[in-house]
Formats: sequence, C-alpha cells, structure tokens
Amino acid sequence: MTTAPAERFALRLHKVSKAFGGVQALNEVDFEVRAGEVHCLAGENGCGKSTLIKTVTGVHQPESAELIELFGEKIERINPVQAREKGVSVIWQDLALFPHMSVAENIAFDDLVGLRPRSVRYREMITRAGEVLDRLGVRIALSAPLNDLPIAQRQVVAIARALMNDAKLIFMDEPTASLTQSETDRLLDIVRKLSADGVAIVFVSHRLAEVLEIAERVTVVRDGNLVGVYPTDGMTQARLGELMTGHHIENDVAARDLPDAPVVFETRGLSRHGEFEDVSLTIKAGEVLGLTGLIGAGRTELAHVMMGMRKADAGTMLLNGADYHPGSIRHAIRKGLAYVSEDRLALGLLQKQSIEDNTVISVLGKLTAATGLISDTRKAELVRHWIRELGVKIGQPSDAISTLSGGNQQKVVLAKWLATKPRLLILDSPTVGVDVGARAGIFRIVRELAEEGLAILLISDEVTEVMHNSDRILHMADGRIVQNYDPRTISVPQLEERIYA
Amino acid sequence: MMSETKRQPAFKGLKATGPMGENLSLLAMLALLVVVFSIASPRFLTGANLGSMGFQMPLLGLLTLAMLAPIVSGGLNLAIVYTANISGLALAWTIMQFGGAEAGIGAFVLGCVLALFVGAIAGAAMGAVVAYVGAHPILVSLAMMIFLRGLGEFLTRGGDISGFPDYMRVLGHGSLWSVPVPLILFAVIAFGWHVLLRRTPHGFSVYMTGSNLKAAEYAGLNAKRTLVLIYTLSGVLCAIAGILMAARFNSVRVGHGEAMLLITVLACFLGGIDPFGGHGRVMPVIIALVILQVLSSGLNLVGANQHLATAVWGLFLIGVMVLRSGQIQRYIGLISGKDK
Amino acid sequence: MRDTLRSYTIETRLAVVLAVLCVVLSISAPQFATLPNATSLLNNSAVNLIWAVGLLVVLVAGGIDISFAVASSVVQYVAAKMLIGIGGGNWLLGFLFCGSLGILLGLLNAWLIHGFRIISIVVTIATFNAFFGLLMFFSGGRNIYNLPDWWTARIFIFEHENAQGIWSELTLSVAVMVGCVVATWVLIRRTNIGRQLYAFGDNPEGARRAGVNIAVMQGVAFGWMGLMAGIAGLMQVNIVKEVVPNALYGRELDVLAAVVLGGARLGGGKGTILGCILGVMFVAITQNGLNLLGVSPFAFQMIIGAAILVAISTSNIDLSQFFRSKEARS
Repeated sequence: MTTAPAERFALRLHKVSKAFGGVQALNEVDFEVRAGEVHCLAGENGCGKSTLIKTVTGVHQPESAELIELFGEKIERINPVQAREKGVSVIWQDLALFPHMSVAENIAFDDLVGLRPRSVRYREMITRAGEVLDRLGVRIALSAPLNDLPIAQRQVVAIARALMNDAKLIFMDEPTASLTQSETDRLLDIVRKLSADGVAIVFVSHRLAEVLEIAERVTVVRDGNLVGVYPTDGMTQARLGELMTGHHIENDVAARDLPDAPVVFETRGLSRHGEFEDVSLTIKAGEVLGLTGLIGAGRTELAHVMMGMRKADAGTMLLNGADYHPGSIRHAIRKGLAYVSEDRLALGLLQKQSIEDNTVISVLGKLTAATGLISDTRKAELVRHWIRELGVKIGQPSDAISTLSGGNQQKVVLAKWLATKPRLLILDSPTVGVDVGARAGIFRIVRELAEEGLAILLISDEVTEVMHNSDRILHMADGRIVQNYDPRTISVPQLEERIYA
Repeated sequence: MMSETKRQPAFKGLKATGPMGENLSLLAMLALLVVVFSIASPRFLTGANLGSMGFQMPLLGLLTLAMLAPIVSGGLNLAIVYTANISGLALAWTIMQFGGAEAGIGAFVLGCVLALFVGAIAGAAMGAVVAYVGAHPILVSLAMMIFLRGLGEFLTRGGDISGFPDYMRVLGHGSLWSVPVPLILFAVIAFGWHVLLRRTPHGFSVYMTGSNLKAAEYAGLNAKRTLVLIYTLSGVLCAIAGILMAARFNSVRVGHGEAMLLITVLACFLGGIDPFGGHGRVMPVIIALVILQVLSSGLNLVGANQHLATAVWGLFLIGVMVLRSGQIQRYIGLISGKDK
Repeated sequence: MRDTLRSYTIETRLAVVLAVLCVVLSISAPQFATLPNATSLLNNSAVNLIWAVGLLVVLVAGGIDISFAVASSVVQYVAAKMLIGIGGGNWLLGFLFCGSLGILLGLLNAWLIHGFRIISIVVTIATFNAFFGLLMFFSGGRNIYNLPDWWTARIFIFEHENAQGIWSELTLSVAVMVGCVVATWVLIRRTNIGRQLYAFGDNPEGARRAGVNIAVMQGVAFGWMGLMAGIAGLMQVNIVKEVVPNALYGRELDVLAAVVLGGARLGGGKGTILGCILGVMFVAITQNGLNLLGVSPFAFQMIIGAAILVAISTSNIDLSQFFRSKEARS
C-alpha cells in the first residue's frame, strides 16, 4: 500500500492478527486512519471491530502485527495508559463512566489514574472540565452526579473526557445506540467540529444512514477479515449492508391494504400528563402499524400504558371492541398483549438464565401438570416447538441465553411472547444491537406473524425499518400523533425530512 | 449483591461442570473426608457417631435452607437465627401459659402454630420492605436481626425459658427405626424445599427474580409477591428450626445458635449457590452441610474442639472457592495442555 | 448548593434526624446535653468509629468485610503475645505491631478476593470463621491480663471538673479515632488513590479500562480496613485493660448496619465520612438517650433495630420515587 508522502496518518495497522482460543478474531487486517478524518469501521457484531479497537488501545496484545504506527511513530507494545498519553481515546458503548461520581470528576478522571499518591484539586478539576464542555458548546452542571444526566449528556461527558486527554484519535463504539435522532444530530455536529479541529474519529455504528452521513471513508470488516476500504461518496446503504453481511438484503416496501380485517386494538383520546396527549389509533388484525418519531416523542410511554405499567390520565382503550383497563403487566398479558422491550439486555431477557427458562417464563401456567408442579416434558416440548418455529440457532436449550448472538436472543424474546398466543404484539425498537443480517430474519418472522392475523405495533426511530416493514405509519411528535402515512406513497428521505424537521 | 457482578461471571467453574459435576465433586470431597476420618478414628464409622451427627446436623440444615432461598432470590436473610429464637419464644410462652412441663399436646400444637405464624410475620415484613421499598436485603435483614434480638432480650430479660413437657424430647432426641427424628424432619423439609424451588411456578419465579427483578416483571411474573412469599417461607422454616431448637435444648434463649448465622451462608456458598442470586440447588447444599458435619464430628473424634472445626470450615470454603475459581481452572488447563 | 444537598441526601436527612433527636433528648433528659455525657459518648464510640471508617473504604471500593471485628481480636491476641515476648514494648511498637498485623490480615482477604476472583462476602465470611476458630483454638479461649503497663494505662487528652465535682474526660482512644477519621477522609476524599477507589467501586470495568490498577485498589481497601481493625484492637485493649479472645465477636454486623445507614452504598462507589460518623453516632446517641430516659437496657436493641428499619424504609421510598420520575422523563 503506497501513500502520498504529504498525507499524515493518525493510525496505521498492517496485517494485525489476534486469536482467542481457536477463534481468529482478526486475520491480517490492515486499517488506516488519516489525521482529522472521520472514518467509519463497519461490520456485524463479532466481526472483530471491538478486538481491533482493543488492540490499538493496548487492552489486548496482537498475536502478530507487521506494523502498528500511531501518529507516525512505530509502536511495539502499548498499554491503555500509554495509548491515552499518546492521544488515543476510546468511548466505549457502555461509556465506562462512573455513575455516582460528579460530572467534573468523570471528565477529569484520567488525571487521577496512577499509583503515585497526589492530592486532588477539585477547583482546578472543575475549571478544566468546564473549559472542555465550553469547547464542545455544551452546558452541563459540573457538580451533579452523572446518574442524574440523560444518556445523551453522558455521551457528551464521555467525549469531554476524551478531549481532556488531548485526544487526537477518538474511537466511538456505537455512540448513537441509545440516542434519539435529534440527539444523534447534535452528536454528529460535535464530531464534525472535532474533525475540523484536526481530531481523527473512528466511528463504529450499526446505523448505516449515520455512517454514510458522517464518515469520509468506511472500512468494512467481516469475520475477522478486511473486506475493503471505501469512500462514502456514492456508497448506498444497501451496498454497505451487503458488504458487511456478504448477502444481498431486500429492502422493499411491503405495505398491504387490509380493508376487511377487524380492528383488534383501539385508543381514543388517550393521554398521560407530560408524556403523550390525545392519542387515537387503531390496529387491525394482521396489520403492522409503524409508529415512528423522535425518542422523546412519547412512543415508549404509550406502549407502557398499553401494557398496564402506567395508568393513562384520560381517554379509553378498546381491545376487540371491549373496554380495556390493564392494571398490571400480568393483566395486559392475560388479555393478549405482548411487549418486546427496547432494552433487551436489561429488560427483555434474563441474561443469567438458560434459553429454555427465558422461553417459558411467560407461560408458566401452561407448564404445570395436575399436581401443580412444572412438567419437564411440557417445558421441553414448548421450547423445542418455538426454537424450530422461529429458527433460533442454539446449542442446548439449557445453555445460558447470553451465549446467543443479539439476533438469536431477540428471536427468543419473540418466542417467549408468541408462546402466550398474543393478539397484539408491541415491538419497541426490536433491532437495537441486532446485526444487519439478523434484522432481515426478524422482520421475516414479523411479516409471517402478520400474515397469520396477529396485530403488530412496530415502534422504531429508524425510518427505513418502519418504511419497509409497516402497512401504515403513524408519526408521533411531542406526545401527539401528527400524521398518518402510507409507505407506498412516500419515500424514506421525505419521511425523514418530516420527522426531523 | 455487590458490584463485582460486572467484573466476572460469578461461577465459571460451576457453569463449566454443570450441577451434576458440582454434586459429584462435592461427593468426592465428602468420600475423601469420610475415608480419612475412618482411618484416623475407629469410632468415626460407628452407629453412635453417625447417630450423633444425625441429631446435630438438622438444626444447621434447616437454618441453611432458610438462608438458601433468599440468596437465590437475589438477597440474604441475616435474621434467620433470631427469627428462630423469637418463634421458639412464642412456643415456649404458649407452653408456659398451659402449665409448663405439665402442658398437654394441644398446647404444644397451638404453640407450634403460633411459632410458625411469628416466623412468617417476621419473614413477610422483611420481604415486603425488600420488594416494595427496594431496600438492600442485607440492610433490611440486618435491621430485622437487631430488632428481633432486642425484642427477644426485652421479653426474656436476657434469661432463658425452660421446663418443657417430656414428649417434646421425642422431637429433639427421639429415633424412629433408629433414624433420628430431627433428621427425618430435615429430610422431609429439604425434599419439600427442593420441590418448591425446582418444580413449582413459584420456585421458578424465585430464580428469575433473583437474576433480574425488573426483567422478570416485564415477562409477566409477579416478582414482588414472589419476594414477599419467599422471605415469608424462609421465616416459616426458621420457626421450624426454632421449634426443633426448643425441643433439643429443652430451653429457649435469645442468642441460642447465634454462631450458626454465618455458617449457614458458608454452607450455601460451599454448595455452589450464586451469591448474586438466580442459581443454586438444594442437593449440593445438603452435601455441603454433611461435609461440614463430618469435618466437625471427625475433628472432635481426633481430639480437636469445635473452635478448630470452625476454623477448618472457613479454610475449607476458601479452598473450595480457590479450586472453583477461573484462575485455577486456567492453570489446570495449561498443565493438561487442553486449550479451550 | 442544591446540587450538594441532592448528592448528600442521606447524610442531610440523617443529620436532621440526629439534630432533632439531640434537641428532644436535651429537653427530656437533663443529663444528655452535658459535657460528661458527651465525652463518655465519644469514649464509647471510638472503637466503633475506627472500624466504621475502615469499613467505609471497603464498601466504597465495592466490597464488603465481615471479618474485621474478629481480625481485631486476632491482632490483639497476637500483638499481646509478641509484646509480652519482647518484654513490654511501648506505644510506638504497639501501633507498629497492631497496624502491620491488621494490614497483613486485610491483605490476605484482598489476595483471596483479587487473586482468585472470589467475591468479598464469600471470602470474608470464610476468613471470619477461620480467624475466630483459630484464635479460639490456640488461645483456648483464655484471657490475657498481665499486659504491659503502658497499654492499660488511662491516658486523658482532655480533663475537666465541673461545679458538682463530676469529671469529663476524653481518653486516648478518642484522639486515635480522630486521627483515623481524618486520615481516612484525606485518603478517600483528597488523594487520587481514594478517588480511584470510588471509581473502582462504582464501575470496576470502566476503572480497569481507564488503567486503574485493580489489584492495588483491592489491596489498599482491605489493607486500610486491616490497619483500622488493628488500631481498633489496640485501643479496645486500652479501654478494657485485658485481651478477651471472643470479646469483639459479633460486633461486625452492628457496625455494618451503622455505616450503611450513613449512606454508604452496598455495591460501591458511594459513601462519605460524614455519613459514616452520623450513622455510628445515631446508633450511639439513641442508645445513650434511651439509657438516660430510664428505658430498660433490654429494649435498646429492639428500638435501634426498629429505628434502622424505619430509616431505610423511608430513605428508600423517596429514592425510588426519584427514580420513577427519572424513568418517566426518558
């Protein structure tokens, strides 16, 4: 690989390999980031992205590497502290911040690391942290505990922490995973500002639209191998998806009309103070109703009221034409509602438990024999049935759920709810943390379920997802339903424009 | 329980070997200890020694089971011993009302019902605070422990109540077909406890709630009721232990069995219970209890006292945890050349 | 100011409750707000406070220690044997022996916790039994009376005789306690090591990725706890003038309850010296007040237990509402 001599690199890796046990996580991968560039690292979960980041920052040592060069300096071994001192910072997906410590201390924390005892100067810490936030153009109370901040602001704190170390190369691992679109836009503005200041940014994201918007070049990795480096000019989401998965992904609008289908669920003037107001919607049997809008728009709150987790202040809900007042989640489930939570890791599944227990948890009543005890045969049958039905790839049903990939985990979540034989399935951001390839599999299941007559409410802020999988789209903003769209008469950019306007 | 969850999967070794492997390795340790002590002392494998072990173990066993379920549910119950004491006090009070040593069997039954009720109340109160207030179980049960201890001392003025009817001796010291009655009681309750935890929907909920309360609720389980119920049942089990204690010592004193509190936690951990909740079975814990009993009886026979046995219990737990730890397994893996 | 109040909710609340308690007791029990009573309160709380600040450091770093009280007993016993063995020694040697023995026991806990990745509650329950069993076995449960004179001498750092001829005195243990409290405050609040302890307790993985040396953090936390346990053991002998092997057995859970009551978070990352002191003093003052009011000593524990139950219930009710409102916003 020859490069123009004038071109300066923040990072150059040649033929870096790393294996864990028998698995080749990185196989002779080349990776280059120019100074001040926004570079995207794309690939499915487990493709080696995180390993690559960890190798550059010294968390892992590579098995073999022809060249590791940081800011023009060749490097043999590096540890996390050295990497930081050289100007490399990583903003991990979980942010690696300290929830009970103050914002200022979180930003300035890296100054405190080390075993040489020295005193802490809080005043200086607050001044410096304030300066960094000013540079980002953000105002956050510096003495508040981090816990009190919304996710988006914590993200900003993490960036400020990186800048505090005079970072010249920042890795951002899925920084927008839990941000709303407007928060994402603000984050992307910050990224552009940093890039203009000469800070190189490596952006790791599942959201292809974002990748194409922000990055100049994209490096695609698949199964530990380098697929290639591409300029984002002229690249499409579909093409990028194909490069990442190695498969062709269909993305056609599949909306249908269902004039004769009976209405399964209906809300009339449903309101909950400060969350949503006067929401009236109907969902028919066999229909996939998309509900999109920015994250703060009140979509998840609406779902929570439908599931009986919170009470509405005003308005009514009807289920199959009858009044419906859920008093608890259990009540809602008994009535035939099912809710796939947006937070699969913390709320959707019990990560410590087995695949089988996660599958049957919602239908314990169906497992008991006449004695009132759980029948192992019935349990095994039920689990086998749903594993086969949804094509979940597993080893043993007794394996821990955490051994499965994001996509397969989400299928187990679906299995759990389908086992309750629901009439209305609410999917809240069902593809967060799910690979591009696996997403298609999940939506294939959703379509099939709809064909069988299940009513589905699909909540998502990914416009393409809603466009390609819904029969009808509702746009929610500031707690109100503002518009009703037919996916066949509107394009993705048009819809995006209306939502983010 | 602690933030250490984030750092490592709590029981790597356990997961690798599975519950059966856990039972087998504990059984192997037990067999080894039995062999060692049989060689060291000819009196070890005699009926008299086995019988006395059979009388001693059930009390600790019942309290350990009462500790086990709250740990599986993601908490801890530090009030078990004093719950047992207070329940025993309820029984003793009833018997004293009906004439002490002359009290009829009806008074005993009534006393037992009252004791179970008192145990259930203490447990339910803890469960309710843990479930509905969301306070940390260590703190809640600790406060309950201090409260019950104080209540007991207040009621008894630090003294003890003794002089129970003779038929109560059968419960504490009797044998049925030369099997100690306390052991039979323990076996029945342990089996019931196993069935409750592993085979009933409520037991299933306990495991799920112990892994992640919020997620269990999202899946439609009544996690809070589960917690109240399991602490209540734990309290009931303490009450049974309290009744047995009264029968064995022929007296009730607040503070009886105090030293057993942390031993029950030790037995649970030895039996492979996940300290963070969500995993753990009755069977390995019972094997762990037998191991502890064998250690203490065996050491006693070779001339050591209970204090040395206590120390050995602690060291034994450390040894087992070290063997189970990922570090050692990696080391063994290196030696045997198996790379996983 | 409001930020400060919000991040110290539990401390503020406890301080208010304690202030109210003090006012009520001053009115209802005339002896309460007197110098002799205040000094005896301090004298009696010194050992508990020394343990409490040590335990605070462990809790902040995300661990828990059950073994510290029996560790103090072990230190007392071994130090007494050693000091008698070398012919008496002096305060300097006393601090040196007790401190280093305590640190040694603490580091043993830290080594088992870090070296084998066993969680602290399991390790310290095991070492609790091991320490106590071995101590009782080797001591045979016998007390040591013939201690060096310096060790059992009453040393006052403050003396005052009032008009009625009643003496108010502060013993050496109070001075040592103040020293321990200040040193712990400096460690966890003013040094980078202490802040790394908080960070480690708050988010161990985040701290590790930031380059915090986890092994050293565990060593510092449990070593500090050990040091405090050693010093507490030394001072407790100075107060009771004998070494009783099982005298401190069972005190660990009461100290734990007081420290957690003061806002230290089980799970790490949160807890202050102020809260720790308030927690210990709350229990001590309640007990003292009940005593002065003529309540039966047998009722003390019951009332304290009930008070803690009420305190945790109410403090958590507000907290959970706080979280609920945060949920609603997001």
